[in-house]
Amino acid sequence: MAFFFDLFVNGLMIGSMYALVALGFVLIYKATSVVNFAQGELVMFGGYIAAALLVLYKLPLAVALPVLLGSMIALGFIVERGVLRPMVGQNVISVVMVTVGLAQVFQGAAALLWGAQTKNIPLPIPLEPYVIWEIYLSPVNIAAAVVSGVFMVTFVWFFRKSRMGIAMRATANDQQAAMAVGINVRMVFALSWAIAGLAAALGGVLWGNLIGVDTQLALVGLKVFPAVILGGLDSVPGALVGGLIIGAVESVAAGYVDPYVGGGTKDFLPYVLMILALMVRPYGFFGREIIERV
Amino acid sequence: MINRECGVYQTTYEGDMALYPLPLARYSTLAVVVVLALLPLVLDSHMMSLANLMLLASIGAIGLNILVGYTGQVSLGHGAFMMVGSYTAALVTVRLGLPFWLGLPAGGAVAALVGAFFGIPSLRIKGLYLAIATLAGQFIIEWVINHSPWISGGVQSTIYVPTPTFLGWNINNEYRRYFMVLPVAIVAYVAAMNLVRSRVGRAFIAVRDRDVAAEIIGVDIFHYKLLAFAVSSFYAGMAGALWTYYLKIANYEHFTLATSVSYLAMIIIGGLGSVLGSVFGAVFITLLPIVLVYVVEGGAALFGFKYAAIADFLANLRLIIFGGLIILFLAIEPEGLFRMWGNVKRYFRLWPYSY
Repeated sequence: MAFFFDLFVNGLMIGSMYALVALGFVLIYKATSVVNFAQGELVMFGGYIAAALLVLYKLPLAVALPVLLGSMIALGFIVERGVLRPMVGQNVISVVMVTVGLAQVFQGAAALLWGAQTKNIPLPIPLEPYVIWEIYLSPVNIAAAVVSGVFMVTFVWFFRKSRMGIAMRATANDQQAAMAVGINVRMVFALSWAIAGLAAALGGVLWGNLIGVDTQLALVGLKVFPAVILGGLDSVPGALVGGLIIGAVESVAAGYVDPYVGGGTKDFLPYVLMILALMVRPYGFFGREIIERV
Repeated sequence: MINRECGVYQTTYEGDMALYPLPLARYSTLAVVVVLALLPLVLDSHMMSLANLMLLASIGAIGLNILVGYTGQVSLGHGAFMMVGSYTAALVTVRLGLPFWLGLPAGGAVAALVGAFFGIPSLRIKGLYLAIATLAGQFIIEWVINHSPWISGGVQSTIYVPTPTFLGWNINNEYRRYFMVLPVAIVAYVAAMNLVRSRVGRAFIAVRDRDVAAEIIGVDIFHYKLLAFAVSSFYAGMAGALWTYYLKIANYEHFTLATSVSYLAMIIIGGLGSVLGSVFGAVFITLLPIVLVYVVEGGAALFGFKYAAIADFLANLRLIIFGGLIILFLAIEPEGLFRMWGNVKRYFRLWPYSY
């Protein structure tokens, strides 16, 4: 039983990191109706910038972090302005393709600027695991969960209470009505991308610390799809719940099933789960159900 | 082209229903086929291999366009369906000793079954949710093939296939492979052209345009959605099987998610809902990286760099340019190359006297 809880709790922590990446994804989809296939690459880019600042330029963490966050927010703005805005009003699949193109550009640019070999992000976190009731908790995972949790809470507060957050919710609900009451919808779009950039920056640091920074880091983005589908493509709480579920399920499954099939369950089971979830609840747990009337 | 302007003079149903009702279109199509058949006389082996790659990509792209462009069901699992066809062809050739012209339909048929199975979610979900569900299909198929030694042949999931022969004729160089691929591509093209203007094709288009409305006028949505998945996967399976015979090897690495995405890129850049557009897109996406290599290498040589010293740099630069071109292209002409082709034709229709 301790083995199960060990896997489960650590899986939840990994899941909180998925949730962080998923949040950026959901936010962009909710506000701008763009399915961002470059979210994983955004995370990778954040990781690369972090690695470059900390290792290449040897900045202290206290300096590097604001620079990283600032540059990723700026990147979000630039991407929205330069790439996505010309595509407003085009059919959905062309917009998706543009984000795929964007993903390629990120991949190439990151490797071009900072090299393709794997880099470590050194964080001042001890390596020895804590043992609580026979459960091994690695400090890296705990730190990741805390950072994700703090970001989530802050974001939810911002989204619920602040003026700009309310404007974002209004835009997500009905763009034309939002325009009619004087909300700067362009600003909201740009802000969504900026916040997604912010989430990707944090995700990049955490994931980069966990698995190392190279272009493979972008694969994290693919894991986000099961999470957001489970929770519902346009639901912020859904991203959180979906991320946690995927993290826990893949961790437990990897612990129990991997010895029998020779590995790789992690890359496979989340998608099976997703298909099953789609069969039962086509719009996820919290997603807005689209009712078609004739 | 001037004789296209006035009236429809068909006096028989056959004339009206012909694939190319205008004489000019018939002659120009014939000319294209003749040029394609005579191409090996002028091109060298390297160019022939490019032509083969384009034809192979065209078959897959036409299949995907039937599903995405005509039926409106976005699929990110095309690569996996090609993988199914590829391994099926390899297995029937190696285990049962079937010749390649039986392996092709076998690969297509098995892929069609698998495709129809993964099309079942399309009954309940649509749009982006469906796209992501087919993404799951891609990963699941890839994993299953990789993890069953019976299918993938164990070590590194690679199956070697003997050189295909046709009537005692060894298909062992690019010129001969061209004549293996070309007929299949032409048949695939003509079949698709005919499919999309038949009862089935009109049902596909009705489902795409408004599935609720289609259901009300009596189109069985479930049936046609699954049929679209099956037909599209049949094309994918054929293309995958041809890859196997072309490369004489079946390997999952040729059919990853990146493959699915690049086929999607082909049909979007070529033009959704157009068979000819799929071919344009396939040619464009196949040639783009190759042309980029020449351009970038040439540029590097111009500035006196040794290629080997900056190979990594160029590879990454190519990735950036590739992605950038896709973005740029979609921003300028979201309806693709087929639309551009139409614009050019329209311009020259009235050419000297256009106002």
